[in-house]
Amino acid sequence: MADFDDELDASGLNCPLPILRAKKSLTALESGKVLHIIATDPGSVKDFEAFSKQTGNELMESREEGGKFHFLIKKS
Amino acid sequence: MEAKKLAIIATKGSLDWAYPPFILSSTAAALGYEVEIFFTFYGLQLLRKKLDLQVTPLGNPGMPMPLGMDKWFPVLGTALPGMQSMMTMMMKKKMADKGVAGLEELRELCQEAEVKLIACQMTVDLFDMDTSEFIDGIEYAGAARFFEFAGESDICLYI
Repeated sequence: MADFDDELDASGLNCPLPILRAKKSLTALESGKVLHIIATDPGSVKDFEAFSKQTGNELMESREEGGKFHFLIKKS
Repeated sequence: MEAKKLAIIATKGSLDWAYPPFILSSTAAALGYEVEIFFTFYGLQLLRKKLDLQVTPLGNPGMPMPLGMDKWFPVLGTALPGMQSMMTMMMKKKMADKGVAGLEELRELCQEAEVKLIACQMTVDLFDMDTSEFIDGIEYAGAARFFEFAGESDICLYI
C-alpha cells in the first residue's frame, strides 16, 4: 500500500457516516495529501468511488483485505 | 462551477422517516451540494431539541418484525398497547448495533455543513408549537421561501 498522511478508521460505521467522516478528515488536510480510510460497510466501495468522482478528490486505491475495505484518497 | 442544489420537503415525524432527509442532506453537503430542508406538518418533530420519535408496525406490512412475527402474528396485534414502544426500542437497538448514526448526530452534521433548516411557520401556528423547544439556527418561513431555493435546485425531493 502506498504512503498516506492521515488515517481514518470508520470500521463498524454505516452509511453515510464513513463518507461524512472522510469528508471531515479531508477538509483538515492540505491539497495533495493522502487519507487512508478503513471501513466495514460493503456499500462504502461504491460510495467512495462516487464521492471521489463528485468531489474531485482522487481515489488512488480501493481494496478489500481481511473483511475490511481500504481506500486511499488524495485531497484535490 | 456553481454548487449543485438539493431541496427537500420533510413531512414525516416518525423514527424511520426521520432518517432520509438527514442522511441525504448530510451526504449531499459532503459532496459539495448546497442544501435546504423545509419541514412541514409532522416533519416539524425532527427539529425538536429533544427527539422522542417512535416507529409503528401499525398499517405497515413492509416492516420486518422480530421472531418472524410478521408471518404468524395477526395484523390487529400490531395495535396492541405497548407494541409501538417495543418496536421503537428494538429498532433503536438494531440501529446502534449496526453502526447507523443517531438522528441528533446526523442533524448536527447537517448544521455543521450549513444545511439550511426551515420550519413551516403555518404548521407552528396550526399546532400551537412552542418554538423554544426547537433547536437553534433554524429559519421560520412559508411556502414562497421554499420555492425561492427549490426553483433553482437540481434535485427536489418530497419525503
